[in-house]
This record gives sequence, structure tokens and C-alpha cells, in this order.
Amino acid sequence: MLFPFCEPKKQNYWIQRARAHTLNTLSLDHSLCSRSLSPTSFPVGQILCSLKGKMSGQTQRLNVVPTVTMLGVVKARLVGATRGHALLKKKSDALTVQFRQILKKIVSTKESMGDIMKTSSFALTEAKYVAGDNIKHVVLENVREASLRVRSRQENVAGVKLPKFEYTSDADATKSDLTGLARGGQQVQQCRAAYIKAIEVLVELASLQTSFLTLDEAIKTTNRRVNALENVVKPRLENTISYIKGELDELEREDFFRLKKIQGYKKREIEKQMLLQKVETNLPLRKGVSYNASQNLLSVGEKDEDIIF
Amino acid sequence: MANRVQIPTNNSALIAMIADEDTVVGFLLAGVGNVDIRRKTNYLIVDAKTTVKQIEDAFKEFTTREDIAIVLISQYVANMIRFLVDSYNNPVPAILEIPSKDHPYDPANDSVLSRVKYLFNTESVASDRR
Repeated sequence: MLFPFCEPKKQNYWIQRARAHTLNTLSLDHSLCSRSLSPTSFPVGQILCSLKGKMSGQTQRLNVVPTVTMLGVVKARLVGATRGHALLKKKSDALTVQFRQILKKIVSTKESMGDIMKTSSFALTEAKYVAGDNIKHVVLENVREASLRVRSRQENVAGVKLPKFEYTSDADATKSDLTGLARGGQQVQQCRAAYIKAIEVLVELASLQTSFLTLDEAIKTTNRRVNALENVVKPRLENTISYIKGELDELEREDFFRLKKIQGYKKREIEKQMLLQKVETNLPLRKGVSYNASQNLLSVGEKDEDIIF
Repeated sequence: MANRVQIPTNNSALIAMIADEDTVVGFLLAGVGNVDIRRKTNYLIVDAKTTVKQIEDAFKEFTTREDIAIVLISQYVANMIRFLVDSYNNPVPAILEIPSKDHPYDPANDSVLSRVKYLFNTESVASDRR
């Protein structure tokens, strides 16, 4: 007899419930099947499981065993999700503030870059005019190693790694340049200085632009996570909690109902026997049913013998 | 929450250029040009005879080379390969559009600014495009 506490007719019902329960445990992650299937082991593993409910993407609930342990575990996860959601929202706000600041700087720097390029172009035209048109070829021939280089570092801003460029100049490589030796040396030097200043501005602009693009990506990711937590994870956990509570209540009600039924049966048996025997008053006590059995312990001299060790 | 693209810390990265002759000469004068042992340069001079394919190839090469941190490109050249420039999404190397002598700077065409034009109101910077 699998379930001795109930009548044979109810056996099937309880067998079906037990079967459904094991099927639930089995339908989880396949790697769990090879381990022991006792429902109280691996409570965390059971949560890493498929969702139960419609596939249409509306809020479903997790497919878990409705026990008190599970309830505690899922409640803890809900608390974690709430805290995570608040933190991510703050991060997203901080990143958006940075983003707008960088945008403002970019717009102003781009305008100043336009002006600087114009001045450097003028300087180049002057140099060409004075030193002859051939400096183009001289310069093109003379290219060796770059003397102006760019250093890239990473900076951590509000938890996001942003790149930053700085320009460094390798001083020794510039000196060996014979451009404009014949005429126009001064103009060439001025042109060079103007272009170096233009490069400074351009490097700063590049740095701003890359941080801008990286921040954009980071903001999109964070917002996606915030929305996922708010619209998918938390409703799912809340549904799971209400499902578990409902099942626990139902189990308790079943238990209570069963207990009441059994007491009813036993009472009727005793009444039948008492009618037949008409003698013993202790029968209810012996069968374990309280039937007119409440006694007054305070009244002296009744039944209780001294306890002798 | 790590970045998927790690930005390498580089101590001596180059600046690449795709522009018309005068601009490139000016920058080479400043010392930005580099020719390595395999005769590969970090600049491309664009004149009337350069084909769009050459410009595309140079752009792709510069953006995949690891020692280049910034790519300067003239705005009218960028307009020729606009689709490539717009679909380019990596933070490094940074693509900067610069004006040239004949074509003054036009913020409405800038690829970065046009992406965020929704942040501005309708009358300002990058609103004319599209």
C-alpha cells in the first residue's frame, strides 16, 4: 500500500499527484536527471528550468516545486532583482548625464576645428607661394617615421571604460627635415606650427568622439537590462510566489479536510462500538479520539497517581 | 559588465589620412606621415583620378590596422564612401571628418552628429540631412 492513510479509492488520485511531481522534477535541465531526484536536494538547480505557461511571452511563472523552501528562495531572488533594478537605473542616469556633457563639448570643438583648419590652410598656401610649388614633392619624398604619435588609454567613467587619446611628439625625428632650405624657411616653419596645433585639436576631438560612441553603446545596454528586469523578471518572480502560496494553501486545506474526515470516521466507529458494548468509558481515549474527554486537572483527588521513578 | 570590444592601450599609435593633396602635405609637414619597411604609408592622397574603390580599400585597410588610432578623412571624400563610414561602429580607430580647402565644414553631413540629431531641436546642427 503506497498511501496507507486513505481509502483505496483515493489511492489513484495520490498516485497521480506523485507521478506529476516526479515528472516536474524530470522535465528540468537534463543534466539534473542523472543525479538523485529527491525533491529537496538541489533547490537552486530546480529553478534553472523552463518556464511554465503560454509561449506568447506574456508573464509566465517559473516551473518550481511549491514548497516552503522554494518560497524563501524565490522571495530572495525577487529582493535581489528589485535592488539590481534600482542600481541599474541610477547607473543609466549617470551615464546619460555624462553623455550630454560630451555631446556639448563635441559640438563646440567641431566648430573650432573648422576655423583652425582654415588658418592652417592659409599658412600652407603662403608657404607654397614663397617656397615654390615644389615643396609638395620634397615633403612627399621626405616621409620617414611619424614624429607625432597618439597614445590611447582607458579611463573609467561611472563604471564604463572610455578610451582617451593623447598626442605625443617624438622630438628627434622632426629635426632632419630640409624642406624650404632654399627659400621660404620661415613660412614653412609657421605652416608646420599651425598644422601641429590643428593636430592637437583633432586628437582631442577624436578622443571625445570615441567616448561618445562607447557611452552610447553602454547606455543602450543598461537601458535594455533595466527594461528586462522591470517587465520580465520581476513579474515572473511575483507570479511564481503567488503560485507557490496558492499551492501551499491548497495542500493545507487538503490536509485539514483529510484530518476532519478521519476524525469523523473514527467517531462513528466508536459510537457504534459503544452502542454494542455499553460499558467502557475509556474507549475514546484508547482510540485516540477526543470524545467527551476533557478533564479538570485542577480538581483534587481524581485519577492521577503519583509519578514514582 | 565588460565591454565587448577591448580598447587596446597603445603607446605609439599613428594618425591615418585620406584627403586631398594640400591637406595631406600640410599634415606630413607637421610630422604625421609614416612609411614602414614594407613601403606602406598611413596616408592616401585623393585627387581627380582616384577611384572610389581605391578609397574604399584604403579606408578598410586603415580601420583594420592595429597601429592606427585616428583616421582623418576629408568631408567630400567621406561623402563618396558615405555608406562605409556610416556603418562603421568600432570606437577605435576614431573616424574624424575634416574640411578641405574647397569644401568648408558642413555639420549636417557629419556621420556622428547626424546619429544624434534627435537630441537636438529641429533648427540646430545636424538637422538638414535626411
